[in-house]
Amino acid sequence: MKMTGAQILIQGLLDQGADTIFGYPGGQVLPIYDALYDANIRHILTRHEQGAVHAADGYARASGKVGVCLATSGPGATNLVTGIANAYMDSVPMVAITGQVPVGLLGRDSFQEADITGITMPVTKHNYIVKNIDELAITLKEAFHIASTGRPGPVLVDIPSDVSAGAMDYDDPGPINLPGYRPVLEGTEEQLNKATAAIMAAERPVLYIGGGVVSAGAHEELKKMAELLVAPVTTTLMGLGGFPGDHPLYLGMLGMHGSKYANYAVCECDLLIAVGARFSNRVTGKISEFAPEATIIHIDVDPAEIGKNVRVNIPIVGDVKIVLNQLLPRLAAKLPGAWKDKISQWKKEYPISFKENGNLKPQQVISEIYNVTGGAARIATEVGQHQMWAAHYYTYTRPRSFISSGGLGTMGYGLPASLGVQVACPEETVFNIAGDGSIQMNIQELATAVNYELPVNIAVLNNGFLGMVRQWQELFYNHRYSYTELSNPDFVKVAEAYGASGVRVTGKSELRPALEEAVRNSKPVMLDFVVEREENVYPMVAPGAPLNKIIG
Amino acid sequence: MRHTLAVLVENNPGVLARVAGLFSRRGFNIDSLAVGRTERPDVSRMTIVVEGDDRVLEQVSKQLHKLVDVIKISDITPEEYVDRELVLIKVHCEAVHRGEIMQVADVFRARIVDLGRKTITVECTGNDGKINAFEEALRPYGIKELVRTGKIAMMRGTRFTSVSGVRDED
Ligand SMILES: Cc1ncc(C[n+]2csc(CCOP(=O)(O)OP(=O)(O)O)c2C)c(N)n1
Ligand SMILES: [Mg+2]
Repeated sequence: MKMTGAQILIQGLLDQGADTIFGYPGGQVLPIYDALYDANIRHILTRHEQGAVHAADGYARASGKVGVCLATSGPGATNLVTGIANAYMDSVPMVAITGQVPVGLLGRDSFQEADITGITMPVTKHNYIVKNIDELAITLKEAFHIASTGRPGPVLVDIPSDVSAGAMDYDDPGPINLPGYRPVLEGTEEQLNKATAAIMAAERPVLYIGGGVVSAGAHEELKKMAELLVAPVTTTLMGLGGFPGDHPLYLGMLGMHGSKYANYAVCECDLLIAVGARFSNRVTGKISEFAPEATIIHIDVDPAEIGKNVRVNIPIVGDVKIVLNQLLPRLAAKLPGAWKDKISQWKKEYPISFKENGNLKPQQVISEIYNVTGGAARIATEVGQHQMWAAHYYTYTRPRSFISSGGLGTMGYGLPASLGVQVACPEETVFNIAGDGSIQMNIQELATAVNYELPVNIAVLNNGFLGMVRQWQELFYNHRYSYTELSNPDFVKVAEAYGASGVRVTGKSELRPALEEAVRNSKPVMLDFVVEREENVYPMVAPGAPLNKIIG
Repeated sequence: MRHTLAVLVENNPGVLARVAGLFSRRGFNIDSLAVGRTERPDVSRMTIVVEGDDRVLEQVSKQLHKLVDVIKISDITPEEYVDRELVLIKVHCEAVHRGEIMQVADVFRARIVDLGRKTITVECTGNDGKINAFEEALRPYGIKELVRTGKIAMMRGTRFTSVSGVRDED
């Protein structure tokens, strides 16, 4: 059957199970948009390409499916770059499609030409430029395969407009052949045996879990293992929800803004089992003093993560769900002992807490969001203090419920991501927990929310500061608040101008009714919580300090 | 320590940029890199000489493996192998020195490939050590221009590196 490149693209998307794409049109994607006009695929028009890529990312994180975004050449493509880098750092499965100038105009600095495959090489798992229409179908198939298998990640497919406008007799592309791409999924007997011996010998084990547990869907296996071994579990920011936050074995996060008890436990454990985590510097603190007494088992699908930052005694390369299933039958149940008592003691002694003083505290806002939603909401955050409070004061009991920019720390991620989450989970309550700085980085996506009737609840913790930076200036730069105080617009009016609801909350008594109304309301709502201006996030490990030097 | 890697890659556009970008991004030092096609037109072989301890080498090899276009990496350093590099050197040469320079070339079994009014151009192949020695021997005459291909290497005997791995011929 004769099909245009654009039709082949859409056929390929449908064949891969993509039913929704987030995009923004322009000259070199006109053929694709023309095909989208009557295609059986949902297209969400964001108001900025960065909105599209973060929305696709949020969609992917919430659903586990590959997120798809689409942008035109040149500025459209470069506007995707932050979002692609963001997805890369957090291993989010994504296919980004960009238009490109026609093949004959490549390399001539043509109007709206940008070498997007060159630009995104370091921030994609792989990328392609499709110069022949007959490569389009197979390339798309490969792109989805690479994005979603092994360690997931973004793949970019750049399509010159003469390829999307061209036509050919379409045939199913057949099986893919990628001799250089063969993810290892199963652990080897030898490593499993070594790990089993180390686990059974350990007296003070800690499970340290990251985003890999969430993306592999290994949360059930992980929970079984923790309970079997009576091993406390600490998570990275990306791992939140990978283990129930209300479980007695849960330690909270570790690292810079981890709990004291998680950090103490890591410092004193004799066995650290890292599962789908990558020993980021935000997690390890001073690397030479990280888990000094521990034998380290590292389970990860990406062999390059093993030994990258930290010495590992027993590496197991494989899909964490498969490896945990291989390990579980080898392990015998342990009884709670002195280690569990010690941790319970720490938990009692050093709870994460804040001081009330009559003003509206940001932590109270998060706690109240938890109460009002019964812990059942999906939370997408921006980056800053509010992000850490969202991690500390909301309890995540299921995977894919905490959606946040971990590795790149991208302000402006949360609002568009929350739209992607809402598209993926239309029946659920979705919150964007935002700062007054971050929300202004992609605030135009309010228009998308209103346009598509996506009833997200945007909770702006308005402290009048780039709070996280201000906190560092307070602690490490002698209170010199250099360019971190914000003079903000009236967020209520902004929301209303976009056609959303806006509500200002200044006192504790208004908190609950405002939140209840927001959740009940089926419109997008922006809540402007005017909170304590100079509240700090504690506990905290100063950058480069060892984890037991935790303050606050 | 210096390691010699034989890297088989799919002959796709951009593969050199991917490999080079990876090295610079991750702060790995390339001593030399030579690339050309193999017995299979769809597969190219890069011979990469890289400096680093075992930990660095482990990361280099693992990161290279993550590139979809990279099919196979073998660190042939511990193996018995033949390595060769080709150098072209244009040396300043007054007529009176011509005989002397040709003698030097002879010692290294180099070939004269061009003669100019005041220059002589020689070609020499060999391993690293020989090429370095040759260069040193010519330096006193004044080297105008020098270009090296970078090293290529192949295992000795029946062992060979192919798309399906390092193995012995069966
Ligand atoms: C795109 C981007 N630019 C700059 C930063 C650096 N940065 C990290 S947190 C932060 C302040 C965020 O302010 P706000 O959104 O108001 O959150 P708060 O910390 O006040 O809760 C900044 C500027 C960043 N993470 N991302
Ligand atoms: Mg702020």
